[in-house]
Order: sequence, then C-alpha cells, then structure tokens
Amino acid sequence: MTDSGSSLLTIIIFLPLLGVLLLAFLNGERQKGAIRAVALLTTLIDFLLTLRLWTAFDAGSADFQFEELRPWIESLGVTYHLGIDGISLLLVLLTTFMTVLAVLASWTDITKRVKEYMIAMLLLEVGMLGAFCALDLFLFYVFWELMLIPMYLLIGIWGGPRRVYAAIKFFLFTMAGSVLMLVGIIGLYFLAGKNSFDLLDILSLQLTPNLQFWFFLAFFFAFAIKVPVFPFHTWLPDAHVEAPTAGSVILAAILLKMGTYGFLRFSVPLFPLAAQSMAPLISVLALIGILYGALVAMVQRDVKKLVAYSSVSHLGFVMLGMFAFNMQGVQGSLLQMVNHGLSTGALFLIVGMIYERRHTRLISDFGGLWKQVPIFAAFFLVIMLSSIGLPGLNGFVGEFLILVGAFQANRLYAVLATIGVILGAVYMLWMFQRVIFGTITNDANRGLRDLNLREIGILTPIVVLVVWIGVYPATFLRPTDASVRRLVAGYQQAVQGAAPRTSVAPATGADAAWAARVLGEAGEPPPSERPWEMNLAAIGSTAMTSAAPPPMERRMGRDVPGAGPLPAGRR
Amino acid sequence: MLDLAWLMLALPLLGVFLNLFVTGRMSERGIGWLASAVVGLALLVAVGAFLALLKLPPQQRHIELNVYTWIASGSLSAGFGLLVDQLSIIMALVVTGVGFIIHVYSIGYMHGDPGFRRYFVYLNLFIFSMLILVLANNFLLLFVGWEGVGLCSYLLIGFWYERKSAADAGKKAFIVNRVGDFGFLLAIFLIFALFGSLDFTTVFSKAPQLVQSGVVSGAAITAITLLLFVGATGKSAQLPLYVWLPDAMEGPTPVSALIHAATMVTAGVYMVVRTSALFALAPLSLTVVAGIGLATAFFAATMGLVQTDIKRVLAYSTVSQLGYMFLACGVGAFTAAIFHLMTHAFFKSLLFLGSGSVIHALGGEQDLRRMGGLFSKLRTTGITFWIGALAIAGIFPFAGFFSKDEILWETLQESLFLWAVAAFTAFLTALYMFRLIYLTFHGPSRVSAERAAHIHESPKVMTRPLVVLAVLSILGGFVGLPLIQGGNLFKSFLEPVLARAPLAHGAAAAEAGHAAIGFELFMMIVSLAIAVAGLVMARRFFLQRPELAQRAAEVNAWLYRLLCGKYFVDEAYDLLVVRPVKQLGTILWRGFDVLVIDGIANGAADLIRGASGALRRLQTGYVKSYAVTMVLGAMLLVLYFVMR
Amino acid sequence: MSFTVPLSWYLVLSAIVFSIGVAGVLLRRNALVIFMCIEIMLSGVNLSFIAFSRFLHSMSGQIFFFFVMTVAAAEVAVGLAIILTIFRSRESVDVDEVNLLRG
Repeated sequence: MTDSGSSLLTIIIFLPLLGVLLLAFLNGERQKGAIRAVALLTTLIDFLLTLRLWTAFDAGSADFQFEELRPWIESLGVTYHLGIDGISLLLVLLTTFMTVLAVLASWTDITKRVKEYMIAMLLLEVGMLGAFCALDLFLFYVFWELMLIPMYLLIGIWGGPRRVYAAIKFFLFTMAGSVLMLVGIIGLYFLAGKNSFDLLDILSLQLTPNLQFWFFLAFFFAFAIKVPVFPFHTWLPDAHVEAPTAGSVILAAILLKMGTYGFLRFSVPLFPLAAQSMAPLISVLALIGILYGALVAMVQRDVKKLVAYSSVSHLGFVMLGMFAFNMQGVQGSLLQMVNHGLSTGALFLIVGMIYERRHTRLISDFGGLWKQVPIFAAFFLVIMLSSIGLPGLNGFVGEFLILVGAFQANRLYAVLATIGVILGAVYMLWMFQRVIFGTITNDANRGLRDLNLREIGILTPIVVLVVWIGVYPATFLRPTDASVRRLVAGYQQAVQGAAPRTSVAPATGADAAWAARVLGEAGEPPPSERPWEMNLAAIGSTAMTSAAPPPMERRMGRDVPGAGPLPAGRR
Repeated sequence: MLDLAWLMLALPLLGVFLNLFVTGRMSERGIGWLASAVVGLALLVAVGAFLALLKLPPQQRHIELNVYTWIASGSLSAGFGLLVDQLSIIMALVVTGVGFIIHVYSIGYMHGDPGFRRYFVYLNLFIFSMLILVLANNFLLLFVGWEGVGLCSYLLIGFWYERKSAADAGKKAFIVNRVGDFGFLLAIFLIFALFGSLDFTTVFSKAPQLVQSGVVSGAAITAITLLLFVGATGKSAQLPLYVWLPDAMEGPTPVSALIHAATMVTAGVYMVVRTSALFALAPLSLTVVAGIGLATAFFAATMGLVQTDIKRVLAYSTVSQLGYMFLACGVGAFTAAIFHLMTHAFFKSLLFLGSGSVIHALGGEQDLRRMGGLFSKLRTTGITFWIGALAIAGIFPFAGFFSKDEILWETLQESLFLWAVAAFTAFLTALYMFRLIYLTFHGPSRVSAERAAHIHESPKVMTRPLVVLAVLSILGGFVGLPLIQGGNLFKSFLEPVLARAPLAHGAAAAEAGHAAIGFELFMMIVSLAIAVAGLVMARRFFLQRPELAQRAAEVNAWLYRLLCGKYFVDEAYDLLVVRPVKQLGTILWRGFDVLVIDGIANGAADLIRGASGALRRLQTGYVKSYAVTMVLGAMLLVLYFVMR
Repeated sequence: MSFTVPLSWYLVLSAIVFSIGVAGVLLRRNALVIFMCIEIMLSGVNLSFIAFSRFLHSMSGQIFFFFVMTVAAAEVAVGLAIILTIFRSRESVDVDEVNLLRG
C-alpha cells in the first residue's frame, strides 16, 4: 500500500470546508463584504497550495503522486485513497484557478443570499477537487455526486428567469447518467472480489471484451452526459443561459471536464477493448458534436447560448483527440480541456460583465461597443481569437495536437473536424462583429462603463495564461508526458494482445461472434447468442477471473514488463 | 550578423509592446516614428544578414537558428526556428523594405485618425507575423505566421470598424482565408504522417528518396501539394477564393499597399516556391497551379477593366499579377515567380500609395468617374503613378518588364496556348492600367466643385516614399540582368534554394531554349509591343474618344453587365454556401435540438407526468373513500382465501 | 353441568359488532362518530380475542386484549386532539370537508 505521507491533497480538497465553517459564523445580511473576503481568501489560499503541488510534482514519473491511503468504511473495503498524476494535475490547477476567478466574478453580481451562495461555491470546489484526486471508485462517486448539489442550487436559486427548469434538467440529465455509473462501480466491486473499490485493484482486473463493453457503457452515459457528447448536450445551453455568471464559468471550465477526465481516468484504462470497439462510434458522435455545435452556435441570438453551443463543438475536439489513442491526440485533448476551461470560462466572464451592465445578452441589443468600452473589446478580442484557435494563443496548440492525432488514427475524421475549425471562426467572428464593431445603434449602450480594476484583474491572468500556453506550451505539456505515454502504451498493449486482427470491433450484433472468438481462444464455453445473458452468466459464475486458463491478452501482458495500464506489481 | 537574425522578429514585436503599453501619452508623431524606426532597424538587420549571406559560398547560404522547441508531443516536435537562406532573405528584405516605406507614409496618411496608435500596433504586429512567415524553418511555424498575417489583415481591413462594410470585409477575408487554411492544415497533417517531421530541411531532403523508393506514393505528394495550394489560393487570392481581396480595400490605403499588394498576399507564392521541392515531384499539381494562376490572371484582369473605384482596379490588378506569379510557379520558373513578386511589391505598393495620395488630395473620393485632370495639381503623385503603371504594364526599362517578360518566356517554353492567354492578359493589364491613369490624371476634370477647391499635393512624408518606390520600380528589374541566356544575377542567387528540386520540365525546356538567343530577343519585343498596344488603345478609348468606350459597353451589354457584376461570384457564394449553412444551423437548432432531443427528454417527463395524472384520481383525499377501499380490499382477500 | 355458550355465538356477536363499526366508519360523516365507530370495531375484535382465549385456555388472547385497550386509549388521546384542532380551524368535524390530501 502506498501512502506518501503527505496530506497536501487532503488539505487542498477540504480547505474550502474551513471557509464554509467560517462563513457559517457570519451574518448573511450585514457582513456581505466579510463573506466575500473570506470566500476569496479561502479559494486564493487553495490556489496557492495547488501551485505548491505543481512545483513539487515530478514530471518524469507516470505514477500517482502525493498519494494518501487510509481505510474509510472497512466493512465494504472503501478506502480514502487520493493521488494525482499528470492527467489530473492540470485539472486540479485549473479548478482552483477558475474558482478564485469565479468568486471574484460574483463580487457585485450576486447580492442576495451571498452567504449561501459562497457556501455553495466552496462546497462545489470540494466536490470538484475531490473527484479529480480520488483513486477509489466509491470515493470518486461520492465527490461526483457532491458536485451536483451545489451546482443545482447555484442554477436553481441564483439563476435567470427559467432557472428552475434549467436546474431540474441539469439535475435529471446528470443524475440519469451517474446512477448507471454507480451500477457499474458496484458491478466492478463484486467482479474484483477483493472487497475493494480501489482503482488500482480494479485496474488489475482482466475483463473479457464483452464485460468490458457493458461496463464501458455504464460509465459512458455518466461521462458522455457530463461532457456533453452529442446527443446528450441539450441540458447544457439551458443550464448555461440560466446559471449566474460564476456558475456558467465553473460549469464550462471544470464540470464539463469531469466527463472527459472520467473517460481518460476510468473508461479507457479500465476497459481498453471496449474503448477500442466504441471509438468509431464516439469519434463520430464527437464529429457530429463539432459540426453540429458550430452550426447551431452560428444562428444563436443570445451570446451566452452561442458560447454554450461552442462548448459542445470544442468538447467534440477533446473527445476526438482522446479516442485517437495516440500521444498527440490524448495530450492535445488534455491540453484542450485546460484551454477550453480558460477561453470559454473567460467568454462567460465577459458575457457576464456586459450582462451586469446592460441586463441583456441578445446580440442584437449591442453593436459598436469598441468605441464605448475599448478595454472590454480588447479583452474580448483576445479571448475570441483564443477560442477560434489562432496560432500563438492556447487554442491552437490543443486543436493542432488533437487534429494531428486524429489524422493518424483516421484521416476522414480529421478532415471533417478541420471543417469545424472554419466554422468556429465563422460564428465567433460574426458574433464579435455584431457586438463590438459598427456604430452604436442602441442608446442604452452609450453610457456603458468600461471594465473596472476588479474585472481587469479577473481577465488579465487568463489572458496571460492564454498567451503562455500558446507560445510556450511545454510548461503544461511536459508534466502530462509520462502519464499520457503510459496510458497510451497500456491501451495499445491491451488492444494488440486481445484482438490482433480486429481493427474496428463491432459493437452489438456481430459482437457476440467476436466475443465468441476471443472467449473461445481462452478456452471458455462459447457464449449464447444474446450478449446480456452471457453477461449475467459470467457474473454469476465469476468464471472469467480465476477458473479459466488465462486469456491470450493476459499471458502476453505478463510477458512484457510494465504491461497493462498500471502494473499490478507496483502495489 | 546572421546570428542576429532573430532581431528582425524581436524589433517589430518590441514596437507592438511599446505602442501597446508604454507610449500612451506620446504624440502622434512619436508613435508613428517609433513604429517606423523598429521596422527600419529590422530592415538594417535584414540588409546586414543579406550582406553576410553574400560573403558565404553559395552552397553554405543556409543558416538555421533554433530558438526553442515549441510543441513537443510524442514523435511530434515543432520548433520555433528561423531559416535564413537566399529565398527568405529576399522576402525579408522586401517585407522590411516596403514595410518601412509604408510605415513612414502612414504617418502622413493616418494623421489625425483617432485610432492612430492602434493602427501602428497592428502594422508592427503584421511585420512581425510576416517575418515569422518568411523566416520559419518548418511548416507549423510558417502556419503561425500565415495565421498571424491573416489576423492583422482582419484587424486592418476592419480598422474603421464603425463602417459595416469594413467590418464585413474583414470578416470575409478571415473566413475565406480559413477555408484556404483548411487545406494548409491538412497538408501539414499529411506531411507529418508521411515524413514524421515538419522541418523544411528534413522534409525536402527526404522527399525525393522516399518517392523514388516508393515509401511515399506520388499521389500522396500530389495531395500534399494540392492541399498546400488550396492554402495559397486563400492567402494569395486565387480562383476560387479571390473574393475577399477586392473587398479588403475597405482598409486604409497604406494597408492595401503593404498587406494586400506587396507582402501578405504574396505569401502563397512564397509558400509554393519554398516547397518547390515537393511541387517538383508532383507534375499534376504544377499543371493545376499554372492553370489556376493563368485563369485568375485573366479573369481578374477582365474585371479590372470595368471597375470604377480606383482601389478596386488596383485590387483586381493585384489578383491578376498574383496569377502571373503562380503561372510562373506552375511552369517551373520559381525564380521568375519570386522576381515578379519582388518587382510587383515595388510598383504595386507605389500604385496603391499613389492612389492613397489621390484619395487624400480629394478628401476621400475614390470613384474614377469623379476624378480626371489631376496631373497638373498632383505633380509628384502623377509622375510616380505613371512610373508604376509603366512598370506593371511591362514597358522597358521599368521593373515589370524584366519579370513579366521572364514569366512569358518561361511559359512559352511550356505551351503556346498558355503563352497566348498570358500575353493577352498582359495586353489587358496595360489597358486597364492606362485607363486608370487617363481617367484619374488626364482629360477633363469631373471633380465636384467643393472638392476641387481643396485639391493639394500630399505632404512630403507621403510623397517621399512614392519617390523611393518609383526609383525601385525603375531599377528593381536590373537585378535580373543579363536578360537572356536564362542565367541572370537574381536567378543564380536564388537557384541553390531550388536546386535540390530537379525541376521536372521547366528547366529542361529552358535549356533547350538556349540555342535561340535571337528568338528570345524577338519575344521580348513582342511582349513590349503587346504592352504598348494596351497603352495606345487605352489612350484612344479613355482620353481621345471616350464615346468609343461607351459604345463598346453598349454593344456588348451582357458582357459589360457580367464584368461589372464581377461574374456574380459573390452572389453565387451567398446563395450556394452562406445561406444554406445558416439555414442548416437554424434547422438543426430549432428542428433537431429543440424538437427531437428535447422532445425525447421532455416526452419522457410528460409520459411519467401523464401516468401519475391518471393515478392521482385514486387519491380523493376523503378518509371515507380510503376506508371503503380498505374494506373492499379486505373483503376481496377474505373471499380469495375462502374460495381457494 | 353448566350451560356453555358455544364459541360460534361469540364470534358471530363479535362479527356483528365489528360490522356495525365498519358501517359506521363508512357511512357517517362526523369525525367524532367515526372515531367512536372505530372503537366499536376494536371492541368487536377484543370480544373474539377474549372468546378464543377462554376456549383455547390460553392467556395470550387476554394479553392482546390489554394491548388493544392501551393502544385504543392512546389513540383516543391523539385522535381527539386531532379532531379538536380540526374543529378549531374549520368549525366543523365533517370528514367530507377535510380533503386536503387529494392528489
């Protein structure tokens, strides 16, 4: 058992709770300033702590670092197991960074129930950080659900006019997915038979392709809805439009990353064969998302909705890169998660700033803002360019890596996705032109104040990062190198070991035959025609782990040192 | 000096930062001269590098400076690295040289504009991006510069953002260029997939061997080169993506001169020449390049004939001249393309700046129909404009003659048909150019009375650049001496860059032509005669007997309408591309998103609500009905057990 | 020899009492009356408990009787309190008027 002896992660995750405790003693009506200050200070300290995490992180290692392992619910084998590797490091940093900005952004935006708002915000941060750091599936699920409730409240209480509809929609969509994931987690627990929810224990499981398929599916819905992958995306525009600015920022910058992170952390390493067989489907869905999101964004009248749909498009890129299963694709997709967090988060901040002044988000209500608010326009310009992937800014590096990766995996996908790059420019530039260029036609825009120091202070760090990642991405790519390399290697080993002749594995009808072949090789009785029956039978007998002679992939895996996503030997 | 090549990039970038953050309170003059000075210093660095390069033996004139690794992931590694060789130094000289002149000119032209500082920030940023483009040592960095200049073009076209037409034009330029970039990006992916590297040196040295050994198929090289050319058609405004360039004239005139005539639009030509090693391996692509180039040259020239906006005539002329450059590339005469690129940079920026001077003098008037007879009032502008026109028309001894003649000559080696069309286009070039001259500077004045009172020659800060450019337009061609035998100074300087590419047919044909010196001289006279014919015809139609032009338009009414409507290409794009895409977006949103997906989600919710609505009737709220139900249930149970 | 009433008589009486209670609950509107009817039903049940206890010579029936009695007493206390509050708020104890739980 590995426990690094450091409690840094625990401190980082639960520091916001301390803030909540402090807030509880403050009067919600009379001490609003103090409440805001406490929340800001808490998140700021948390961010500084994660910077410490970053500097102490060993980029050369693919192992989990800062691990903490303590028993939690011993009768069920649930452990309190935390740790981060190159995949989660960036996302943890992004979380604490964006939360600081989100708190700052709600400074004057939120005036009613400030105390409750800040408490929800801090609880949300606990949930997000916990989910990124958890290495125990049960613990992960607890944090996963913990995020849901504060977000639901943020939308439902401090949201716009249709907030209740949006909040319930958000809740139901997300809940529907995560319940299936819970089923999957419990299934894995029983399959592993080690009385453990520990990710590392479950990684050492060797599942048959067929079981992998079903488990992949169970996790798929939870993550795909969160991403959101087309066609599960319709909760997103509603939630974004109704959520308060900071809610949108957190939602776009971090909550959506939960889905993509889940794929990278759980789905791909745990079920590589299923990931392979599902890759064509997911890639096509990602492609549809890219083009569909862009096309729909083009005709939106509400800026916030436009940005929301652009998220669908951008996250399509992330998914596409991830399911290319090569270094460039996965690394690009990881970087693009951060990029999207920064630029879309910033876009929501910008929309929020103008909404706070004008109480409208309709594109047609604006026009000619450059003359009136030049600083605002300049920030908007840079962020917009980052969003459309201009070289020299962050979006390009991620998109380019993703497309290079996708091109190696499947040229047609990459070609179609590149069309998305064109469309991305179309809707963004068009919106920008209608909002910023031209003459002021609406008299309400004449008295507009330009950004104040607080707002400049919010956007400047983002712009700095946007340029930094664009010009010198190595700072952010290098820590991910080792982890991504291991992920890709593990995946390829599993895939090559299992089905050397199958490049595109069928999903449903032909699945039985395919599974039969693989299982047949392993010396197991041929499965019945209907996969689900076989599935139940397999669970019932637990034949696939111990009784049967080792399947082909396992034998091959054992011959090669360091085989598998995470070698069992390190525990 | 060569080690300091990075200074060329650093100086304009410094200018950007200074003008962005530091010089907030400086006077207009200070800002303008600061911006010009950094470009001027960059020019000095470029000249120094050029001289240093000349000292080296020809085969060593290839210096790479790796600054840092930009993107590294797995086997992909793209550096921020500069390549200084004969080709890039010529481009750098043109960019910084013309750039510096235009910076200075802008100080006068933009005088009093509220966006003065913003203008020079953009302009410096442009020089920076353009230098990245020409100095990059790998495809990805080239693409960075490529997009960077696109951005500056977008910002500068839409510089007067309050005019909707300007904002529209900027957006159009960016998006059309993105369509081209689509091809460029795919080419980069393909190059990386096939060669495992994006560095020019690696790719170009590997390519011939890999093709010969059959590792990389000829079709793949053809695909790469065609995709690269798609990128070039976007940036260099070739068919079918030329539509943005005429609209780009919404930007300030110095911008049109710098970006949309001298430098940025030639990036496509530069890129094709830079990758000549690949193009040489793909004869089909070369044919396509030649065909598109020639077609563009011809069609743009016909459209230029009927334009009434002084800047638009020049814009179509630019498109047409760029077509010539691609024609040269297509027939394998890459040096001729760069030669023409250079001379064109001189005389076209001269013409644009001259037109800017005219517009400035007339207080913003751009319509040829309201000009005329300006020569006497705008002496310097008029004379330099004449020089520019003579140069572009290809009259000896002006610069355009040398470069255009070389292209025509090389084309003739390739195909008589191509030559015939190119020669006819040269005639059209002379025709529209002198039409422009006569309508602007000669004949009766059609200037409105209140404007006529204010006509004045531009300040010295504007006319001096004109003079410098005029001198360059006269002398620029002489680097191509000696004219015949295909072995001029310029060519032999540039040849080593292209030597690695065994030119498929152009070079062989040129060698075959060496025998007939007399024939080459004869062809020069022919092309000179063509240009003079254009001049004479323009004089007759637009100066001596304007009614002839009128009649010609009436006789060929449909042709005239077609030309005036610019072949209705914009309308066709709008109908075939823009509107369907927008409609598709609306259908997907309103139809699919709202109806289908939300329909399913809301439908599921409605189903449950409906079911519970039926069931709720059972819940009357009356204690008694519950009691009755209970009793009935109990009785039924009893009955069931009794009867069993 | 003493005359013994057969068990069935007790049971029939018990059933009659119970049925009267049921009928009262179902047909009357006054909450108080319904309440009393429920007590009658309980009495009917209690009667059969006692009768079985006697005939089976088992004490458990009588113990159950005491249970029922205590529960009924508690029920009276709570039930009457509820009825009282209903009357206070509505000025009526008609159960047909109390239908706030309608779905």
